Amino acid sequence: MTHVPVVIVGAGHSGLAVSHVLTRHDIDHVLLERGGVANTWKTERWDSLRLLTPNWQTRLPGLAYDGDDPDGFMPVAELARFLERYAERCGAPVQTHTEVTSVAPGDPGYVVQTTEGTWEADAVVLASGAFNRPNVPALAGDLPAAIDQVTTFDYKRPDLLRPGRVLVVGASATGIQIADELLRSGREVTVAVGEHVRMPRVYCGRDIMWWLERIGRLDERYDEVDDLVRARRVPSPQLVGTPDRADLDLNALTARGAELVGRLAAVRDGRALFSGSLRNVCNLADLKLVRLLDTIDAWAAQEGLGEGEGPRPDPTAVPEAPRLTIDLVEEGYETVLWATGYRADLSWLHVPCVDRKGEVRHDGGIVRDAPGLYRIGLNFLRRRKSSFIHGAEDDANDIVAHLLAHLGRPARRAGAHAGG
Amino acid sequence: MSATEPVADNGVNVEALLDARNALTDAPEAAEFTWRATTEWVRGTRTESTISEYSGLGEQHNHKSTWSYTADHPEVFAAEDNGPTPVEFVLVGLATCLTAGVAAVAQNRNIQLDSVKASIEGDMNILGILGADPEVRNGFNDIRVHFDIDADADQSEIEALVAQSQKRSAVFDVVTNPSNVTVTVN
Repeated sequence: MTHVPVVIVGAGHSGLAVSHVLTRHDIDHVLLERGGVANTWKTERWDSLRLLTPNWQTRLPGLAYDGDDPDGFMPVAELARFLERYAERCGAPVQTHTEVTSVAPGDPGYVVQTTEGTWEADAVVLASGAFNRPNVPALAGDLPAAIDQVTTFDYKRPDLLRPGRVLVVGASATGIQIADELLRSGREVTVAVGEHVRMPRVYCGRDIMWWLERIGRLDERYDEVDDLVRARRVPSPQLVGTPDRADLDLNALTARGAELVGRLAAVRDGRALFSGSLRNVCNLADLKLVRLLDTIDAWAAQEGLGEGEGPRPDPTAVPEAPRLTIDLVEEGYETVLWATGYRADLSWLHVPCVDRKGEVRHDGGIVRDAPGLYRIGLNFLRRRKSSFIHGAEDDANDIVAHLLAHLGRPARRAGAHAGG
Repeated sequence: MSATEPVADNGVNVEALLDARNALTDAPEAAEFTWRATTEWVRGTRTESTISEYSGLGEQHNHKSTWSYTADHPEVFAAEDNGPTPVEFVLVGLATCLTAGVAAVAQNRNIQLDSVKASIEGDMNILGILGADPEVRNGFNDIRVHFDIDADADQSEIEALVAQSQKRSAVFDVVTNPSNVTVTVN
């Protein structure tokens, strides 16, 4: 058994950011990675995927985007290369192709078992991601056998799907991006729409992420928001990062020929049943969008920017009578594409710190009732930006500060410290 | 909230609701409620229903009194019209749930309500219940609710109240989503 002060599970952007900060504080550690650096990005996403955030915002402690297209959006292959370069530059001690099979309490600390041996650690940082498994609802089991069910882990590009109609379930970033790509490839697509977040790509000449950063929205903290449970569950916004910086919302899908229906509520006798709440979920998203733009305008006016007061996007056009049932096989649907979110896979975590829904109980990444155990890389872990690439820096600084105290190590005054 | 900001009073105890949410998150079994009613046939299409008890928070509860409701069908259905039709009870269920929700959300957002009036209508093609056209469903094919709200808030805040009320409404969920129904007989 090898002893190391800190084990980081996962060498994605969050784990690498923590590694960088630990190195800055001279804390010996190892990153255990089941594949290679940025494994999820390389193997579990679709071909056309790009980051939702512009390149200028792609920054980690010690490395920021330095290419010639700061306003562009990085394809995932480029992001994977960026992260590999980051790991190399930081000298991150990554042990690749080492799958963690168990993290359990030790005496003291934690025992981390892997396919390549066992580590004993005083502290463990769970940086294995929040998107390890597709979150497919139980009603998937009720679909007719003739329907091909595809998750966003299997989906790569339109021509790999069966030729018939496609029901895309989910209208967050993933759902609308894939629906759009399918429509452009000539497919007939129906989109089942639940609660969603609508945003323009560009507002008053600036990327929406620029505004969200500048008005302080992305820095809102987990201990400041009214309803943290809801804040952590907010779906990813309807955005796509394309070279033309086009908006992608339900109106754009409708214009391309998509049919909108309500949230998929049940499947009975081969018929998909959709909720009658489509009008309200669209209205909720439209109202929130206008509130966001009003907030931006108020901020711009207060700062005397001379910007803001841009146009309000058209309300979402909801069909007069959205269909409530579709007989999938009868009507030529061959594929149901689940864009219903992701969940973490912590089946190897044998520390009693998870709630009844299998989620780690934590306060801003500091796991409750498990001293020395940390979680990073979740939606709104510590800040609204926590799930973005650039959100890792402040979170890593905060978590390492706590971790140093746990180890009884004094914090160094690090010049590179950029956190808040 | 600053000390000078007026505090809305819509008669909703939001603190108790928020406390319940926190308490029940850690005791999910207590959150399981069962609502009950009994209905007895009188004559023709007339029925008398009573509601007196329900269970939740791990125990049985009695309402402060027993309530009775008469339902019937109208004269155009060759009935005696001794009370509202069952589908009108459904409309009342939806409108009362949404209206209560507006009050609760307004309280939570510190918005003082002066008046709230919901008007609801549901369209139904009775060829369905008559069995005359198998293509026509029995139930409503469209339900519309209109709110007239006077409150210390701007138009967009009022619209947001109504939207949030739908999002959190039990009856809106029942009406817009399928539910499994099991009917047994002795």
